[in-house]
Amino acid sequence: MKVTNPTKITVKDFNFYYGTAKVLHGITLDVPERQVTALIGPSGCGKSTFVRSINRMNDIIPDAHGEGTVLIDGKNVYGKETDVVELRRRVGMVFQKSNPFPKSIYDNVAYGLRINGTKNKRDLDETVEKSLTRAALWDEVKDRLHASAFALSGGQQQRLCIARALAIDPEILLMDEPASALDPIATTKIEELIYELKSNYTIVIVTHNMQQAARVSDRTAFFMLGKLVEYGDTKTIFMNPREKMTEDYVTGRFG
Amino acid sequence: MTSLRRRIVSRAAEIFCAFSVLVALLPLAFILFYVIKEGIGAMNLAFFTQMPKPVGEAGGGMANAIVGTLILIGLAALFAVPVGVICGIHLSEYPKSKFSTMARFAADVLNGVPSIVIGIFAYGIAVLPVKRFSAIAGGIALGILMLPIVIRTTEELLRLVPAGLREGALALGASRSRAIFSVILPAALPGILTGILVALARVAGETAPLLFTSFNNRFWTTNLGQPIASLTVQVFTYAISPYEDWHRQAWAGAFLLVMMILALSMIARFAVRRLERMNRP
Amino acid sequence: MRRGDDRWFRIGTGAFAALVLLVVAGIGFELTRQSLLSIEKFGFGFWKGRVWDPVSGDFGALPFIWGTLYSAILALLLSTPIALGIAVFISELSPRALRQPLAYLTELLAAIPSIVYGLWGIFVLVPIIRKLEVMLGAKPALGVGMLSAAVILAIMVVPLTSSVAREILKNVPSTQREAAYALGATRWEAIKVAIGFGRTGIIGAVMLGFGRALGETMAVTMVIGNNPQITASLFKPQYTMAAVIANEFTEAADELYLHALIEIGLLLFIITIAINLLSRLLVRKVTA
Repeated sequence: MKVTNPTKITVKDFNFYYGTAKVLHGITLDVPERQVTALIGPSGCGKSTFVRSINRMNDIIPDAHGEGTVLIDGKNVYGKETDVVELRRRVGMVFQKSNPFPKSIYDNVAYGLRINGTKNKRDLDETVEKSLTRAALWDEVKDRLHASAFALSGGQQQRLCIARALAIDPEILLMDEPASALDPIATTKIEELIYELKSNYTIVIVTHNMQQAARVSDRTAFFMLGKLVEYGDTKTIFMNPREKMTEDYVTGRFG
Repeated sequence: MTSLRRRIVSRAAEIFCAFSVLVALLPLAFILFYVIKEGIGAMNLAFFTQMPKPVGEAGGGMANAIVGTLILIGLAALFAVPVGVICGIHLSEYPKSKFSTMARFAADVLNGVPSIVIGIFAYGIAVLPVKRFSAIAGGIALGILMLPIVIRTTEELLRLVPAGLREGALALGASRSRAIFSVILPAALPGILTGILVALARVAGETAPLLFTSFNNRFWTTNLGQPIASLTVQVFTYAISPYEDWHRQAWAGAFLLVMMILALSMIARFAVRRLERMNRP
Repeated sequence: MRRGDDRWFRIGTGAFAALVLLVVAGIGFELTRQSLLSIEKFGFGFWKGRVWDPVSGDFGALPFIWGTLYSAILALLLSTPIALGIAVFISELSPRALRQPLAYLTELLAAIPSIVYGLWGIFVLVPIIRKLEVMLGAKPALGVGMLSAAVILAIMVVPLTSSVAREILKNVPSTQREAAYALGATRWEAIKVAIGFGRTGIIGAVMLGFGRALGETMAVTMVIGNNPQITASLFKPQYTMAAVIANEFTEAADELYLHALIEIGLLLFIITIAINLLSRLLVRKVTA
């Protein structure tokens, strides 16, 4: 029997609206600390929207708003005193398509540190190296830290984005289909990376690739049309789901 | 906690940006206010119907200058529209050819040439040879100024015409020129018209190139080979003169000019939209 | 038969396109031809000559080059922050409903003809500047001078720079800003990332404004005082290349005088072409 870790993120009755259209209906789930939680479901089911609600990235979309409870370590993310900027430092995000800045590899990783006030060159060097190592990219770029980030391959750029996110020492890492734009080899590298990272970070990953979810995650949540259909241990979801819809989806009967 | 400094800087930057919008709109309001206030005050029937009076005498109007401007932009259009539209057709039909790239480049260059330099060119080819200022020379100068705008608009709009239209025409056996002139051009016409009107609005307000091409004329004339008055040059002449009454009239001229340009822009926007709606089934 | 028709079509339309090339080449050619007397007489000394004396036939263009560059650079310093502020506000900060109206209003500034700016300049701006100069204890306090010219040029340049900068910012992928926000950036920090991404194009936008300021004629000549002196003083009247051509062209009594003026026009032609080409290159790089 697996020991469940303490809960890092608690979501209770969370709804989300784009204007008047309700896209998330009463989502309730607990994300355990230092494990990988995967969100699966057909396109448009709301999993991306949900994950972006955790670090309030949806705030930048006009007319979008969420209501309900999203607690991180017991504090409501949507509360009035929440410092959104600080929230986003604590909750890192990696996007579907890698989006490095048009700067050097070093400057990309150092970006988060610099805006948070770190100026000392030695501190920056140290953290940049540590982050690139954690993202399994250090060996490949250590000799060309000042080359442009765009000189890297797609897979490397994505790992750079992961390093960039790790540099500011987040507790949670949100990944929105991080490998969907990558070839199988790069994908494998990312999946291995996720496996290593979970010992230090709470990871929530959105993926449309069920095999990936099965390989990589400890818990899996199945979304459909903005509702959470089923949530549980990954093994259970894939081998022995409770809901028929879940079974249909994971066995490929639709979606 | 996000440092207070960062939050203050972010706020301050946002405020600066909002402030710059105000800073830009202020002169706009200021200028329009004065033009309207002084301009309307100085307008009377005489302004539209009379010729300028001799120096020192009060009264008179800008009838000849108003007509002169209309004639000049008419001449400009006569030159720029056929050349510009056909050139635009060529650029849209053969977009990647070396020749087209050069022509497009030339149009771009032309766009950035100061209008006074174009005036010098028109002086060289239209005034010097006949040793006389003329409306035609002014029209040529303004036409050259219009050219890049007409070319660019035509090319862009022709490109926007859906490929299906062209394929349909060609499939029915139309030659390339047939397809262009009978199907594609008419479809892009409303937009091209807008471009032409916008270009006209722009050149109607030009002064510098006219100073030594169409020059000026205190009298009424419709002879295109003679110098001709224009609103812009007249406003300039009056503005730098020492006479109060002429200053008054300069404001009236400026007001009329701004109204003309506004009218052309509005026609460009709305009437052309009407045309577009007519064109669609 | 269709083949032949297409061929004629290509040649026929091409002829009109060739006309455009001819005009541009013609301008360069004609300007050179009509300034030969001055080129032959003064050579390169023309650009270093400080004396502009039509009576004695001694022509030097330095005062005008000075006035043109000085006024244009000042105008840039004044207009660039404002223009960028507007571009950022409209594309990043303003509520969606305000975007179109604000953009339209800025375009309206661009539609006002130069002569109207000049008129407003003479009768409204110059008296204000004169009062300011008196307050500052400047000597002479004429109102007309470099300061008035710089201010009016700045106002005229703002719409151009800001609309191009706005296009650039629009083309910056939203994923760049998202990346910044996701790393805990404040609003301004995220905007800085966007500006950084489009910096080549934005420099191009600023240069386009510079090119415009260099060639502006009427508004400048009506407020700058038209005095060919070289001075760093903001309050002293000065003279620009475009202004001297506009003022003295029809008064040029002899050919040498005219050729000297046209040679100034030639320089203006070359400088503005160079700047415009460079700026279009920069802008195209980011919007292609």
